[in-house]
Amino acid sequence: MTKIETKDVNLFYGEYQALKNISLSMEENSVTALIGPSGCGKSTYLRLFNRMNDLIEHVKITGEVLIDNEDIYRKGINVDELRIKAGMVFQKPNPFPKSIFENVAYGLRVNGYNDKSMIEETVVKSLKQAALWDEVSDKLNKSAFELSGGQQQRLCIARALANSPSIVLMDEPASALDPLSTAKIEELIHELKKNYTIIIVTHNMQQASRVSDRTAFFYLGELIEYDLTVNIFTSPKKTQTENYVTGRFG
Amino acid sequence: MVLQLKKEYTERKRRSQNLAFWLFRLMSMLVVGILFVILGFIIIKGFSVISWGFLTKMPTEGMTSGGIFPAIIGTLCLIVGSMIFSFPVGVLSGIYINEYLRNGYTVRFIRMMTNNLAGIPSIVFGLFGMSLFVNTMGFGDSLLAGSLTLGLLTLPVVIRTTEEALLAVDDSFRQGSYALGASKLYTVRKVVLPIAYPNIITGLILSIGRVSGETAPILFTVAAYFLPKLPTSIFDQAMALPYHLYVLATSGTDITKSRPMAYGTALVLVLLVLVLNLAANALRRYFSKRVKMN
Repeated sequence: MTKIETKDVNLFYGEYQALKNISLSMEENSVTALIGPSGCGKSTYLRLFNRMNDLIEHVKITGEVLIDNEDIYRKGINVDELRIKAGMVFQKPNPFPKSIFENVAYGLRVNGYNDKSMIEETVVKSLKQAALWDEVSDKLNKSAFELSGGQQQRLCIARALANSPSIVLMDEPASALDPLSTAKIEELIHELKKNYTIIIVTHNMQQASRVSDRTAFFYLGELIEYDLTVNIFTSPKKTQTENYVTGRFG
Repeated sequence: MVLQLKKEYTERKRRSQNLAFWLFRLMSMLVVGILFVILGFIIIKGFSVISWGFLTKMPTEGMTSGGIFPAIIGTLCLIVGSMIFSFPVGVLSGIYINEYLRNGYTVRFIRMMTNNLAGIPSIVFGLFGMSLFVNTMGFGDSLLAGSLTLGLLTLPVVIRTTEEALLAVDDSFRQGSYALGASKLYTVRKVVLPIAYPNIITGLILSIGRVSGETAPILFTVAAYFLPKLPTSIFDQAMALPYHLYVLATSGTDITKSRPMAYGTALVLVLLVLVLNLAANALRRYFSKRVKMN
């Protein structure tokens, strides 16, 4: 079933066009990787789905962005609600200067939940889902800053999951992590795929081929090729794609 | 080819390096030296008059004996009074400028205005305070008028510091909060401000130091030449340490007799600022420790 769809999306930062006529659709409970050289528009594209681009001044968007067949840019849409539906994990782990527990509980508190047992339950469940529970179960009240970078990133994943989203947007989630932590995050993505629709931006070709079902290759704001990941990496149709995935440029 | 070191040049480089080093060192020692000389001077001259009585008694015999208690209380009242006015106004507008406006003409305009405000000589603030608070609004020479005037004076400092403290908060914290569905207000309250607190407090320290030492703004708005009783309401006049110092040094009834009292007053003023700074620093450390926990 189609979960996310964009139709002829153009995005401008002032005069500069960052996305050009992007149309593609993503299946529910699948992982889609967005690849391409820096500045190709893949992060901008990712940020369409929780409307984080709104925070930048002079942004103009045309076309349609549909989640569950609903245009998320139509008037009257509740952006906060959208951001709960589509959780986000950033490039650099960005836990809040709060305890581990409070970091995960943040999204619930933001949305006015204060039932103690419900919050506790959700925090534990989310930490387990993010494969962090075993490492932090005895220090939930310690500062999140005491965790390692990889643990912090999994905490940020748990934080996003606590809002029970159906989509998880990941913006190069492992680029600031060591190989071992990266492997853990990738494993986690495999696990999460069962219940969530995941879009991941990555610079790492191997990572894209390991974790994703489909891959979209962006270049200079255009979608060059979108196909099953296997096809993109073994028999790409466009030469630009081939050059990029074989490491000839980028 | 291996590059040959030119001996002469190396030698010259070493010498100018040394010279510069000594020049810099001399200058920084000079700074410290000046501070020590001033402090030493005040301590030597003023220490002998400091006693429990000096701190807790009213001035007597034309201010040539007795204490400076009302001036101490007056200055403390002015510090608190100006804080009550300038902290909320300054901090809230700093938040508005940095979190809500961010960029654009309005910000630049407000920033230019606050910078200009900071550049106005303090005596002009005094004159303005007298005309607006004392006369037009009819507060008379009073703690209220003086506090408001001092508050105006410190406003730019408070706004500036708040802004800079907020600017130093990494944007990734804000984005992380928005991405979880948090509103701007919630993000500012729960994430941005707690991180910025320690730096905001440091800025507030600076403004407190300034408030306690300023003479010109209180001259026409609150300060009493001689008033051997404590203020009982915000509409009372009060003595204040810096103005008292000025009076003792220039226009007392007997300048030679009141000279030691002047040094004593100066020492108390310096110590007061020192204690305030230490207290505020402790507060800042406490906050930065708490920030990580919460």
